[in-house]
Amino acid sequence: MAKPKSTKTPKPDELSKIDYRPPEKQWMEVPVEFKPGTYCYGARPKYLEEVGFPNPREWQPYEDDWKLPDNWKDIVLEGIDDRLKKYRSFRLFMDICVRCGACADKCHFYIGSGDPKNMPVLRAELMRSVYRKYFTASGKLLGKKAGARELTMDVFKEWWYYFYQCTECRRCSVFCPYGIDTAEITIMAREIINLLGCNTDWIAGPVANCYHKGNHLGLEPHTIQSNIEMMCDDIEEITGIRIEPTFNRKGAEILFVTPSGDLFGIPGVYTCMGYLMLFHELGLDYTWSTYASEGGNFGFFTSNEMAKRLHYKIYAEAKRLGVKWILGGECGHMWRLIHQYLDTWWGPADFLEVPKSPITGTVFEHAKSTKMVHVVEFTADLIRHGKIKLDPSRNDHLRVTFHDSCNTSRGMGIFEEPRYVLKHVVNHFYEMPENTIREKTFCCGSGSGLNASENMELRMRGGFPRANAVKYVNEKYGVNMLANICAIDRAALTTLMQYWVPEVEVCGVHELVGNALVMTGEKERTMDLRLEDLPGKEEEEEDV
Amino acid sequence: MGALFSFGVVIALVIIALVGVKGAHLQALFGVVIPYAAVVTFFIGLIYRVVKWGKSPVPFHIPTTCGQQKSLPWIKHNKLESPATGKEVFLRMVLEVLLFRSLFRNLKMQRSGDRVVYGSAKWLWLAGIVFHYSFLIVLIRHLRLFTNPVPSFVSLIESVDGFLQIGVPNLMMTGVVLLAAVTYLFLRRIYIPQVRYISLPADYFPLFLIMAIAATGILMRYFIRVDIVKVKELTTGLARLSPTVPDGIGSIFYIHIFLVSTLFAYFPFSKLVHLGGIFLSPTRNLANNSRMVRHVNPWNYDVKVHTYEEYEEEFRDKMISVGIPVEKNPPAEENKTEEASEESEGKE
Ligand code: HEM
Ligand code: SF4
Ligand code: SF4
Repeated sequence: MAKPKSTKTPKPDELSKIDYRPPEKQWMEVPVEFKPGTYCYGARPKYLEEVGFPNPREWQPYEDDWKLPDNWKDIVLEGIDDRLKKYRSFRLFMDICVRCGACADKCHFYIGSGDPKNMPVLRAELMRSVYRKYFTASGKLLGKKAGARELTMDVFKEWWYYFYQCTECRRCSVFCPYGIDTAEITIMAREIINLLGCNTDWIAGPVANCYHKGNHLGLEPHTIQSNIEMMCDDIEEITGIRIEPTFNRKGAEILFVTPSGDLFGIPGVYTCMGYLMLFHELGLDYTWSTYASEGGNFGFFTSNEMAKRLHYKIYAEAKRLGVKWILGGECGHMWRLIHQYLDTWWGPADFLEVPKSPITGTVFEHAKSTKMVHVVEFTADLIRHGKIKLDPSRNDHLRVTFHDSCNTSRGMGIFEEPRYVLKHVVNHFYEMPENTIREKTFCCGSGSGLNASENMELRMRGGFPRANAVKYVNEKYGVNMLANICAIDRAALTTLMQYWVPEVEVCGVHELVGNALVMTGEKERTMDLRLEDLPGKEEEEEDV
Repeated sequence: MGALFSFGVVIALVIIALVGVKGAHLQALFGVVIPYAAVVTFFIGLIYRVVKWGKSPVPFHIPTTCGQQKSLPWIKHNKLESPATGKEVFLRMVLEVLLFRSLFRNLKMQRSGDRVVYGSAKWLWLAGIVFHYSFLIVLIRHLRLFTNPVPSFVSLIESVDGFLQIGVPNLMMTGVVLLAAVTYLFLRRIYIPQVRYISLPADYFPLFLIMAIAATGILMRYFIRVDIVKVKELTTGLARLSPTVPDGIGSIFYIHIFLVSTLFAYFPFSKLVHLGGIFLSPTRNLANNSRMVRHVNPWNYDVKVHTYEEYEEEFRDKMISVGIPVEKNPPAEENKTEEASEESEGKE
């Protein structure tokens, strides 16, 4: 295979013409084709070395020779065996699929590409066929007739291609009669692929950064501080209030952890400004940490072990600083991990206290073991108790819809809290069609470490169902703002909207909170958090 | 094509039974030995599979949450789709197992001009429910052959099943319905291109097998009659573990029982084990309470981490230079030179 020429993503009308007819040939006979624009570059060796991943070397997926060790097959088969023994989900999901096809058209990548190997069931069969060949009697005896196939280099490459076309969004698992979660199979497959060092650069880089510097972006302590101070400058310009947040402060009541995407880049920083303003207004005794400066975890997109290594910092830092509990910012996979993994990896967090809002006195019983509360839960509770003053009319220039992030929807179940907050901070809120929200929500198309730039066509395809639903509310209600509670969404959906629905911008829920929040001693607001004029506000001033 | 292959296998099974009984007079083999072997295989196989699944632990708490979590008291918690307690999980499982809840959610993606729409698609669910329940009822009705006296619930089910009172002998609806439902499941496999694309011989085989079982059953009951008294003699013999093989039972009976035996023996080694699997599915049978109750991973092992001390070691000067508190202040002397170099860096 040749190095792909720099690829141009096709135009939207072209991309949205999708052929759903499967090929004539049986799927095992159709070789994998690495289409430029649909996959990421291979990981540079320095990133793998930094965290001690196997087989660091220069390689690219479009090259014929992937430079694998001679015994690569044994490594893969042992890797499968090991995981079958460790994960009931894996063993069970290898065995019980009846190929009813209920999951087939539930995957955004299938809807956006028409490639049958993006049907969750077939994605899983890529692995299952090898499982049958080496781990079941019928597969060993009957071979292809039993749906079994040999593990070859082509099969391995096919895995790589398609398991990096799954965003681990779990939408398929909602519809499967047995709850087969293809995300779980993808997670296993990526672990196994990683045993041979075949990671993507876009994932391995942030992992290495996060391990050493505390966050994916590799922001060093002084940069974190100065970024936040720059946000405080903007807040001062908007509100006339100077905020002085603290860093790595011992004895604070609360440690605040958010994805580093909130600290850098647009529109993440606006969400961060929202947090800063809210916490200041409340007089919250909290601290940032430059060490635990990442809520997200790209390690989860490589292996369970790496994910655990990266998520060590949160409890460790909470313990070192002696805080009582931890508040977490808006992020998708971060919250799946905090909700479903963190306590198992690093708990029990018995050095912390059951979280209690110092403002309302609410005890967050549902977080009594992890001691971590989602900032949207925290804010919803404030609003419910009337503890903050809000002027939703400051968001009147926005017609807002809400994108449920995959991880917080299907791996946590936080649906009402963000809606409750939104309905109090904006006057114009519209839902997207029912089958595209809540537990049935569609992925941004760039989750699980796929938000690189060299795979833009794939991302635009994967995000097509989401964008299509946004387009519908844009046309029907004039929606111009897509709110969400995920840092990857804020970045990925922005690109997605520019491509499919350029009229719509993207924001975090707390940006809208920041806009609406009436702060003690603030000046008359004429700008929103984006430093854009608030329509009507200047005129009013003149009238007075 | 997979379907043809599987069809061929089922036909071969029929021929084997026919030749075995008609040609080789192996009534005892087909009427006694094979059924016993099949039942033993079924139970041992099923237990083996379930134990094997059970031996792999559930390291993480991974329920798929399909509804609002239990959080703040004033937010309505969805107890069935996002169960927080054992009891709620039990109810979720009841819905899954008895009503195929998840399959009921099914939607069909369609393009309508520029838009993508997701219409309701309940046929698979309906056919699935009809198929499984008629299968179950047929199975229960068969208990009549293995019991003496026949338990009252069997007779009751039978009388309900035959309430239409059509024909002699009385038509049992479930037999026909079962055949119809299986036929539907087969046809959708053939006609929906995506489903055909994913189908393996192992997907067609049970369908043909069950079709053949139902068809031979119906044939035997309504068309090619067999001596039911003698059949019952054989089947109760099997149940009492003192088998006898009465003469004069038609070959169709042996074909039927051979196909059933095949299904039983095949069951544990095929996708049909989903019967057992669904109960163990960790995306369904765990409570969404993982922030309330710690889930323990039995193989949780220590991993290499990057500690705060290592972090501070690397960034101490930078932290000090912007006033971020550190654990270990470097000696004043060093401090100065470091700061100086910091400044010169800053000038670049
Ligand atoms: C307990 C919950 C169960 C659920 C949710 C379930 C669901 C399903 C579904 C969705 C199919 C796929 C139909 C298709 O092929 O398109 C199926 C097939 C089948 N199931 Fe079940 N099932 C369950 C239990 C059972 C039980 C107890 C049996 C025992 C006889 C069974 C026997 C079969 C058979 C024989 C098939 C046909 C194979 C086929 O369709 O390819 N199932 N089931
Ligand atoms: S819905 Fe579940 S059982 Fe049906 S094909 Fe998909 S993974 Fe297999
Ligand atoms: S987890 Fe999401 S991306 Fe992966 S196969 Fe399922 S629906 Fe597709």
